[in-house]
Amino acid sequence: MTSLLDRLVGRNSASSAQAAKERLKTVLLHDRTDISPGLLQDIKDDLIRIVSQRIEIEPSHVQVRLTQEGREHRLVADIPLPAPSHRRRLS
Amino acid sequence: MTGTVVTITSGKGGVGKTTATANIGVSLALQGKKTACLDSDIGLRNLDVILGLENRIVYDLVDVVEGRAKLRQAMIKDKRLPELQLIAAAQTRDKTSVSPKDMVAICDELRKEFDWILIDSPAGIERGFRNAIAPADRVIIITNPDVSAVRDADRIVGLLEAEAKGPGQLVINRIKPELVRRGDMLDTADVLEILAIELIGLVPEDEAVLVSSNRGTPAALLPKSKAGQAFRDIARRLLGEEVPFPSMDGQEGLRGRLARMVRGGART
Repeated sequence: MTSLLDRLVGRNSASSAQAAKERLKTVLLHDRTDISPGLLQDIKDDLIRIVSQRIEIEPSHVQVRLTQEGREHRLVADIPLPAPSHRRRLS
Repeated sequence: MTGTVVTITSGKGGVGKTTATANIGVSLALQGKKTACLDSDIGLRNLDVILGLENRIVYDLVDVVEGRAKLRQAMIKDKRLPELQLIAAAQTRDKTSVSPKDMVAICDELRKEFDWILIDSPAGIERGFRNAIAPADRVIIITNPDVSAVRDADRIVGLLEAEAKGPGQLVINRIKPELVRRGDMLDTADVLEILAIELIGLVPEDEAVLVSSNRGTPAALLPKSKAGQAFRDIARRLLGEEVPFPSMDGQEGLRGRLARMVRGGART
């Protein structure tokens, strides 16, 4: 059910066109880069393993994703570090 | 004279390549430009019926490639438009009857005589597509506002970039403004954001396209057809004119929406 405001603005964020757009963006990132979701997961697992050898991180907070700007693409890894008081260097 | 070769392609089938080729060809001819339409969809030829020239074909592209006919003998004049000519594809052969080299040689000959040479590409990304883009100076990619057509268009953009044939220019065909307004069809901004290439045409869904294909009279010849107008606009943009793009999102302004809501409210 669209709200009165949405109907006035003439837009519906849960529209099927919005779903199409989001799905296309994701699938095209994989198409263009030839990096499958499975490969992305493998890269993420490797990153977690290698970084964890040096510093303590929380694996569940690690994000590895493909991003796009125009027709340029980037592999972005976002690895949050624990607060300094909790940080412990592994050797 | 050095004509420009424009290849019209899409990846996906059924999005309107042949219709676009016929209509852009007609529109260029209406502007007084000598235009050749070349059907490279060997084995599945259709440009002849869309243009209404199917009964006039004696020799085709493969006859020229294999030396049974001179290029001039395979050129079919459109009686309605003296500037427009068709070279048909062979219907009983396959894509391997022609090589990219043959296409380049034929287009080099056509360039001497025509301002514009439009090549109707087959669907797919294999030999027929390679043939169609080999001689291209410019490429027009036709898509529809749906997930599969846009995905395939993106693949074509990637292949064109790999072949140094540029990213190409985009035509979004068969837009239904009412569906866009309801949020059930990708709008122009969505498609452009996703594909990130230059736009050259927006063509609304128009029954006149089917009716005119039934008759073999391209919609660009009908002054009142909206799609016909959109194709004539594309031709003008090809010629370097700045033609504004009409809104295709069915937005009618706040007053119109209020009026519709009131009507909708009254019905329930």
